Amino acid sequence: MLSLHLSALQVVIPLLAAPLCAIIRRPGITWLIALAVGIASCINSIAILLHINRFGEIVYSLGGWAAPFGIEYRIDSANALILLIISFIYLLGIIYAPVSIKSEVPEKSQGWLYTAWILCFTGLSGITISGDVFNVFVFLEVSSLSTYILISFGQDKRCLSAAFRYLVMGTIAATFYLIGVGFLYSLTGTLNMADLAQRLPDLISQNTVAVAFGFVIVGLAIKMALFPFHAWLPNAYAYAPNAVTAFLAGTATKAAVYVFIRLIFEVFPEDYFSGFTSSHHIILAVGIISAVITSAVAIFQNELKRLFAWSSIGQIGYIAVGVGLASTAGVAASFLHLFNHAIMKTAIFMAIGGLFIVTGSTTTAALKNAGRRMPWTMAAILIGGLSLIGVPFTTGFISKWYLVSASLEQNFWWLAGLILLGSLVTAAYVWKIVEIAYFRKDPNEQVVRQEAPLSLLIPTWILVVANIYFGIDARFSGSIATQAANTILGISP
Amino acid sequence: MESLGIVNYWIVIALMMIGLYIVISANNLIKKIIGLNIFQSSVFILYISIGKVGGGTAPILLKEPTVYSNPLPHVLILTAIVVGVATTALGLALIVRIRSAFGTIDDQDVQQDIERN
Repeated sequence: MLSLHLSALQVVIPLLAAPLCAIIRRPGITWLIALAVGIASCINSIAILLHINRFGEIVYSLGGWAAPFGIEYRIDSANALILLIISFIYLLGIIYAPVSIKSEVPEKSQGWLYTAWILCFTGLSGITISGDVFNVFVFLEVSSLSTYILISFGQDKRCLSAAFRYLVMGTIAATFYLIGVGFLYSLTGTLNMADLAQRLPDLISQNTVAVAFGFVIVGLAIKMALFPFHAWLPNAYAYAPNAVTAFLAGTATKAAVYVFIRLIFEVFPEDYFSGFTSSHHIILAVGIISAVITSAVAIFQNELKRLFAWSSIGQIGYIAVGVGLASTAGVAASFLHLFNHAIMKTAIFMAIGGLFIVTGSTTTAALKNAGRRMPWTMAAILIGGLSLIGVPFTTGFISKWYLVSASLEQNFWWLAGLILLGSLVTAAYVWKIVEIAYFRKDPNEQVVRQEAPLSLLIPTWILVVANIYFGIDARFSGSIATQAANTILGISP
Repeated sequence: MESLGIVNYWIVIALMMIGLYIVISANNLIKKIIGLNIFQSSVFILYISIGKVGGGTAPILLKEPTVYSNPLPHVLILTAIVVGVATTALGLALIVRIRSAFGTIDDQDVQQDIERN
């Protein structure tokens, strides 16, 4: 019986914990609550995944009101995977947080920070499992509003301006999405994704569908920071507290990407994206341009968090390339890269947080001698960087492999070439970091070994080990990504 | 009745453009928030117009079958209004903090201040 309510619990637990934290507000206790939420959600998401593997899709009507009147949660292997990523990154982020947050946020506002963090997690989980397009909007706003708050906790006063800009862009994005949903509702009279998928094919030639499609795509593209809608991301990541950046980099854009994939392939009629509107060319072009150009921008950044924020936009570009290929192999590559990128980017930002604790700075200059001074912290950044390039035995290699073979499947040799060019550009900014950290030696200087605190290193290295493990043995991640792509594209395995 | 229905949508489009224009063009942060509000309100009117049936009443305790308006879009918009209020409140709170940190609520001045440092 309990297994039936698993999907609701995923949202209900954090949603109840957040106001509790807002009442208590003592940093230690709120952290414990946040940790408990994380552990419960991880167990829950594993249980959901096992349940789906055994019995198939979970359909849950909230409050016993059956769809189309009630809101429905619908979980299959695609959202179960995203849910697993979000829950684990959240848990590791919370384990990582106390020491890192203490160095950046005054004690009296730490309770609020954890409250906003739990709310953000609620929103992201909700986006992932909801089967109702309007409900997705509400959760999108729950997560976005709390993200603005999280960013505004940064030390530097520039975080306020970054949070405000993100608020303006994010609200426009959500409203665009809302307009699209309104048009869909006016045509079909339903908000349920499964019902929409049934009714839209008859209306395919209507202009209203095309307008709705455009609004929804643009709205979600802003939320997922797809080039050229990425303007909010670099500042938001650069000025947020380190632990928050690590969490956001692994989760926030991922949930938006998931909704994007779900809507364009499953809710809109088959072939609408690739055949009828031919918009997959646009996404493909935008994706590959972003993968190459934003990585090139990253080379010129002198602040590590900003550098890797630009690199995140580039990685979203790779995910968009997979989506733009509009084939099972392409979407599978996108899902795989969602998973892999969450692991490597969170590890990198966590290690940068460790660097900040030791040196008090996150500029590239702070990296000097870091290779000898804090070998473990620096190795985490290095392995993450190698994974971004796509070096074998890291997860990045597996994603690139899937992506390149998906593009070769359609005989897009030029695309495979551009993907490799993107890797070269990535190698340039990773090399820049490696060069400063390992090779810029001053023979007269005495280097004192000073590692980041263990509570920071352990979550970081869990992700680094996961990065290498899934880089060598991709059976789990690869098969689940392929399964996810099959479900979304409606191909039975 | 037909023209009345269309007038609604013209108003929606006009408000949407006005709102978006203010968000983009205004330098004053509070004006940006107001523009955002106008933009969101246009969408609220869009939804409410979709749900309205000419001559229909509210479907509350109806004994015999009558023409009634679809209540669902209105309920959806109640939710969206709450989201809008929360966004406005958060935006204003951020402006208060920006004012105390930068001493101005003008976006250009804030950006200049950032570039100087």
